[in-house]
Amino acid sequence: MDVVYFDNNATTKVSEEVFSEMKPYFSELYGNPSSIHTFGGEVSHKVQEARQRIADLLGCEASEILFTGCGTESDNMAIDGVLASQAKRRKIITSRVEHPAVLQVCRELEKHGCHLVEIGVDRKGRLDMEQLEEELDEETAIVSIMYANNETGVIFPVERIAELTRKVGAVFHTDGVQAVGKIPLNLRESKIDLLSLSGHKLHAAKGVGVLYIRKGTRLKPFILGGHQEGGRRAGTENVAGIIGLGKAAELAKEKMEDENARVRGLRDKLEKAILGSCPDSWVNGDVENRLGNTSNISFEYIEGEAILLMLDKYGICASSGSACASGSLEPSHVLRAMGIPFTAAHGSIRFSLSRYNTEQEVDFTIEKLPGIVKKLRELSPFVGKK
Amino acid sequence: MWDYTDKVKEHFFNPRNVGEIENPDGVGEVGSLACGDALKLTFKLDKSGRIEDAKFKTFGCASAIATSSVLTEIIKGKTIEEASVITNKDIAEELGGLPEQKMHCSVMGREALEAAIENYRSGGTVKHKLEGKVVCRCFGVTDKEIERVVRENDLISVEEVTNYCKAGGGCGSCKGQIEQIIENVHSKAAKKVKLHPRGKLTNIEKIHLIQQTVDEQVRPALQAHGGDIDLIDVEGDKVIVAFRGMCAQCRISEFTLKEVVEAKLKEFVTDSLYVEEAEDSQESPHRHKG
Repeated sequence: MDVVYFDNNATTKVSEEVFSEMKPYFSELYGNPSSIHTFGGEVSHKVQEARQRIADLLGCEASEILFTGCGTESDNMAIDGVLASQAKRRKIITSRVEHPAVLQVCRELEKHGCHLVEIGVDRKGRLDMEQLEEELDEETAIVSIMYANNETGVIFPVERIAELTRKVGAVFHTDGVQAVGKIPLNLRESKIDLLSLSGHKLHAAKGVGVLYIRKGTRLKPFILGGHQEGGRRAGTENVAGIIGLGKAAELAKEKMEDENARVRGLRDKLEKAILGSCPDSWVNGDVENRLGNTSNISFEYIEGEAILLMLDKYGICASSGSACASGSLEPSHVLRAMGIPFTAAHGSIRFSLSRYNTEQEVDFTIEKLPGIVKKLRELSPFVGKK
Repeated sequence: MWDYTDKVKEHFFNPRNVGEIENPDGVGEVGSLACGDALKLTFKLDKSGRIEDAKFKTFGCASAIATSSVLTEIIKGKTIEEASVITNKDIAEELGGLPEQKMHCSVMGREALEAAIENYRSGGTVKHKLEGKVVCRCFGVTDKEIERVVRENDLISVEEVTNYCKAGGGCGSCKGQIEQIIENVHSKAAKKVKLHPRGKLTNIEKIHLIQQTVDEQVRPALQAHGGDIDLIDVEGDKVIVAFRGMCAQCRISEFTLKEVVEAKLKEFVTDSLYVEEAEDSQESPHRHKG
């Protein structure tokens, strides 16, 4: 059975070009980039090339790119690192809809005496900017607000927040895991101080991430024991992963404009057809201002995990904000923060596309989904009740 | 990805007996949209008093649907007496087992069946009613229900109780009470089953373990609803603690925090410990006598 992969906000396919660029570094070119000999030195050059390619995608200097093990590590390092680098400011501002990689770190720091403020969102998932402006003060050490939300695709006004943050002398971090490769960036012109990204969300391999650190940003390292990455993150580099990410960044830069438009077109077609064929369904999140690849749809009266398993039977991969799909008992914290009724949150499905999706796949899903929704609604005791 | 058995998947993709029986002899409705799953079970008896037909409608995940489907198959042909002794374990076993975190689906099946039988016995007048006192407000689970899943499934931890009936899976503020219920059920069932026998501890080890237990096992649950606990002193087997914040102000008579802390310390440190409250934790003027 062919797989129809609409779960690209979870992870993406490693592109062929990326994989072939990585391959030699698993086998014949196994040198350590820290070595003095030419054999290792060649690897080091290739790592530097990757660093430059990522800097080109982000619009920053290669020296501002730090390689990590994943997006989560980048988020942890950014927030912990800023708090540990100074003792005076103890306030953290974040949002209620952050990825756990940010939220849990902040909540852990709160237990250790930091003052945490979580900014709310409205029904469309838009940040409460008024509250944010009120909270920003001289006590604030760091503001961490994601660039785009992984569940709804809603894009936050990070440039504006970065400016406000700088005014009070705090550091601004953004979790850019879902945005990089989908939204053009030019960090030289920006006031963003720290930005996290993850390789496997943009067609590179799992196990490699980046933290962009604006020159001059004070950050205490937390993996010690080596001089790699300028002593900011010890440990022998994930060489193949880094080289692959470099290639992926180059491809993203090259293809972004054309591919984004095409992917957006496919997403819109899928969304429109589903809303048209499935009654009592709607889109979660601000449709005016979200990533072009993401669609989060709620289906009333039915439950997300059941929909996912029925889609799975046709090889269609998506994800859900329902409680059952996550193994917890409460639905997605993002949808709850938006005030989406529990009933609709339980029946939410996220489709997230990539440049590898085809119109044929969209058509196939459009054909299969209404039957699934209808079948589950025939089972539901709530249909016709409300 | 959930690890469902083939039988669960088969029932999910091809559910049996979907629908609602017109003029049924018994109707059971449990769960709600907000909780994430709900089941409506209807049945009809034949002349000899056996369940001739049963149908279901379910809102929920794959295992909730499979559980409902298999339940209708189990009860068909049974008398009311036979059906009334079916447990959630029987339902789960019929499916070849359910993932631990999905066991609440089997409990929902049993509850719907009971509600339907109750409805039948009352001549259709009684709808499902909650028995006992609500412990988990997030999911509306009563002490009686928790006691029952603990007894029937031999559960020993709060986490298991959450898996089986959702209680404690929301805000978590009732975890202390659930702990107490587990303790009660097991002390009734078999006096003194030593769960974690430990070797002799030195004084320093003991105090360290007490502090660790208070920090990791007790404090998070109290903090979840605005309270806190301080370890004041340890004298021999006597552990002196103080309750702070909400916990110091509000105590419900039949449930004392002291007992919960004691149970935790007995479990994780040593059986001989007992807990006393420090004088200063009773300062608050709003405190109920308890």
